[in-house]
Amino acid sequence: MSLLLSPTARRRGVAPVLIGPALIGAVVLVVAASLLLGSNPLAPDVVVRALLDRDRDVGAVVWGSRVPRTVLGLVVGACLGAAGAVMQGQTRNPLADPGLFGVSAGASLAVVLGLHVAGVGSVTATALLAMLGALLAATAVFGIAALGRGLASPVPLALAGTAVTALLGAATSYLVLTDETTLAGYRIWVVGSLSGRTLEGLGPVAALAGLGALLAATQVRALDALALGTEVAAGLGQSLLRTRLLGLAAITLLTASAVAVTGPIGFVGLTAPHVARALVGGTHARLLPASAVVGAVVLLACDVVARMLGGLGELSVGVVLSVLGGVVFVAIVRRGRMAEL
Amino acid sequence: MTTTVEKDLPALEVRAATLGYDGRVVLRDLDLRIDPGTVTTLVGANGCGKSTLLKAMARLVRPSRGEVLLEGRPIGEVGGRQVARRLAVLPQKPLTPQATTVHDLVSRGRHPHQSLLRPWTREDAEAVATALAATGLTDLADREAARLSGGQLQRAWIALVLAQRTPLLLLDEPTTFLDLTHQLEVLRIVRRANREHGTTVVMVLHDLSLAARFSDRLVVLSDGGVLADGTPWEVLTPATLREGFGLEAAVLPDPGTGAPMVVPLEPED
Amino acid sequence: MNRTLVVAVAATALCAGLTLLGVMVGSAGLSAGEVLQTLFVGGDPGRHLVVFELRLPRVVAALLVGMSLGLAGALTQAFARNPLATPDILGVTSGAAAGAVAAIVLGGGTYAVGSGLLGIGLPLVAVLGGLLAAALVYGLSWRGGVDGYRLVLVGIGVTASLTGLTGYLLVSADLTQAAAATQWLVGSLSGISWTSVWPVLTALVLVVPLALSQVRALEITQLGDDVAAGLGVAVQRHRMLVILCAVVLAAVAVSASGPLEFVAFVAPQVARRLCGTARPPLLASGLLGGALVLGADLVGRSLLPGSVPVGVLTALVGATSLIWLLTRRPDPARSPA
Repeated sequence: MSLLLSPTARRRGVAPVLIGPALIGAVVLVVAASLLLGSNPLAPDVVVRALLDRDRDVGAVVWGSRVPRTVLGLVVGACLGAAGAVMQGQTRNPLADPGLFGVSAGASLAVVLGLHVAGVGSVTATALLAMLGALLAATAVFGIAALGRGLASPVPLALAGTAVTALLGAATSYLVLTDETTLAGYRIWVVGSLSGRTLEGLGPVAALAGLGALLAATQVRALDALALGTEVAAGLGQSLLRTRLLGLAAITLLTASAVAVTGPIGFVGLTAPHVARALVGGTHARLLPASAVVGAVVLLACDVVARMLGGLGELSVGVVLSVLGGVVFVAIVRRGRMAEL
Repeated sequence: MTTTVEKDLPALEVRAATLGYDGRVVLRDLDLRIDPGTVTTLVGANGCGKSTLLKAMARLVRPSRGEVLLEGRPIGEVGGRQVARRLAVLPQKPLTPQATTVHDLVSRGRHPHQSLLRPWTREDAEAVATALAATGLTDLADREAARLSGGQLQRAWIALVLAQRTPLLLLDEPTTFLDLTHQLEVLRIVRRANREHGTTVVMVLHDLSLAARFSDRLVVLSDGGVLADGTPWEVLTPATLREGFGLEAAVLPDPGTGAPMVVPLEPED
Repeated sequence: MNRTLVVAVAATALCAGLTLLGVMVGSAGLSAGEVLQTLFVGGDPGRHLVVFELRLPRVVAALLVGMSLGLAGALTQAFARNPLATPDILGVTSGAAAGAVAAIVLGGGTYAVGSGLLGIGLPLVAVLGGLLAAALVYGLSWRGGVDGYRLVLVGIGVTASLTGLTGYLLVSADLTQAAAATQWLVGSLSGISWTSVWPVLTALVLVVPLALSQVRALEITQLGDDVAAGLGVAVQRHRMLVILCAVVLAAVAVSASGPLEFVAFVAPQVARRLCGTARPPLLASGLLGGALVLGADLVGRSLLPGSVPVGVLTALVGATSLIWLLTRRPDPARSPA
């Protein structure tokens, strides 16, 4: 399925050459917005001076909160966008979202357990717990799918993911209802937010994300072959099992890293690949990086919006992304031509 | 160019294979030997197992008994990429990806020759260009594959397997859903590959007359095994047609090519 | 057909048995005889109170909610021609949740009956939210008719927006309200009274005949919209009616108990496998859904320490059964390559 933004946007010849620079331009724009705007808007020259001089008050704001937030926003968005592209390539399902593997549910449960059992609340500790929970849940999902029909067809994986997500979600709900401090911590984490996130202590998370990105990069040709159907891919010499395992590992690592930092953020993984495909086409060597860039831009943009609307209370990037993302998604669906799967 | 195989080694050999699907056995203890440089077509009534046999030869399914040998070696022992460099297969109903040009689609055929370190070489580009020319798609190379007509798309898939540049080509019903003009087009491309490059071809076709016209050898599958095996004239007899297809028909020579044509007869009331 | 009948009868018996058991079990245990006596003959007022005011409403609610969800799930999976489809995709659950949470958070946090700002019952707000969301999804996916695929996509978009909104409300509220809202969101039957039961019963009574009238069309549309139209089915009208039935049932059920995970997904799947049909049979799905919720609530009340909300248990049962299904042999109703 291809969500075509508009017939004119797809005319060949002019578009492809400009897409690359346009994407880069978008990144620059959104980074600038992120550094300049927010509940406390700063003038460009102030920001530039602050970037060069860390110790003064403004510098502290810029370096202490805006730069980490910008960097994290880009990285998380990129991870989710790339994971989404790999996921949709692996499952050949345009509705596949990386959260399907129980990653978000596992992370949530781990965080809630940390809150409930040990009162763990710091950002770093939460991140590490979330990552651990995400990885364990994903492993359980693959285990279940492998035990049954095997990993050849993506359907058992999706079903196993649904089951594990529900199971872990039930446990989470139960725990969250047992005491209010757990609920207090959980409800803020679960909407997905970049506020208060710093770069400290995120070494392990970054390492995993890097590994995930590397694995995803090696998947590029395999995904192209897979897109032709399992039999054709096998006929072209593609080892299905190895492709699945590497792909799932990549998706899990990337998504777990993202969830660890911000909490569960949906939608980026689902929509970034579609937008990217409309811009650069379906060859994964171009689609994967484009999807990462689109994801980064979208996430950071939503964070900027969330910060600017801060007067409305606790508005986080996750909320903005869901609400706006849903609206934009419906708009795309309504405008686009829908080829049958 | 495609490399040829040693003269007396069969390109593909099936030995005592038992095949089935969904728990049913469709072919029992089957032997089949495909000689290099020939065009063999498997025919038979629906459900006789011809597609399953082709898939077994292509390493897409495994026989529950017996073995398949590719150029003398058991095909299960040869690595996937190695097989793909000697054998190209076009299954039924491949999926056409979205947002992909014809050129990119055909390039996928170079997959078995590529690796992380060798993503794209001049040989790859040349193979794709040749394949596009052979299928008459050079002018359509930049068109989006999903927007092609049925006939054009099927040619694109043929181009993909041709770009793979293998000595063996396996095609599972490459002409279904195509009108007659396009069926002939596709089969002519296949025959040209065989005549000009010595490519060994094994196909599954439904249309008996077309199969007779474009093949050196026909194999009729029926009732769990091989009913008839030989040249088209040897195989397509009214007796075989009756037994293998439940068809009352006359077999007449095609006025143009001299190949046998199957003409079904109306039942007498 | 016969197998379906057998399953339906067995499921009915199961529901009856669980209903009886449900009334028997509680802090003051009653024997079967005592229950039956109180129900049909009358008995001492204390027991009467326990049976009629405390236990029966809850048990009946469980049964009806389960039936509604099972039926809604069967209808959705049939029209979407997809075993993974649930009424949630139509936006009902997220709409009901958004409505209910908004009522709780903005209306002052009273759980059982909303007050203040809205002045109407919480369940009513939930129903309205669910119906409005579904109407929005249907309307937005209308383009000369409703295509199943586009409906699912629009449903995803609308659900995402509403879920984001709900999350925002939960974070913005004060902790007590958030706790009350979360309680509702988990899905629970505690404190339920007859006032919540009547709407569900009414919905079932009205919708079931309508749904049954569409059964033949449902069968035919499994062959594809074009084939169905060729056989004389008014596809768009039929689809709208089916969606309407599913939405009303789901909305009303969710308003009574909060969203119960998985019932709408598992009951039709189990029914389909038991009956050996290609499409989930409507009545069997409903009855099995009723049995599932009854059983889950029973376990949550009696076997486990503390009181576990029924939503947690349906998720537990549903997920476990799904995992078990996945690790078994492949499904016989699939065709070969």
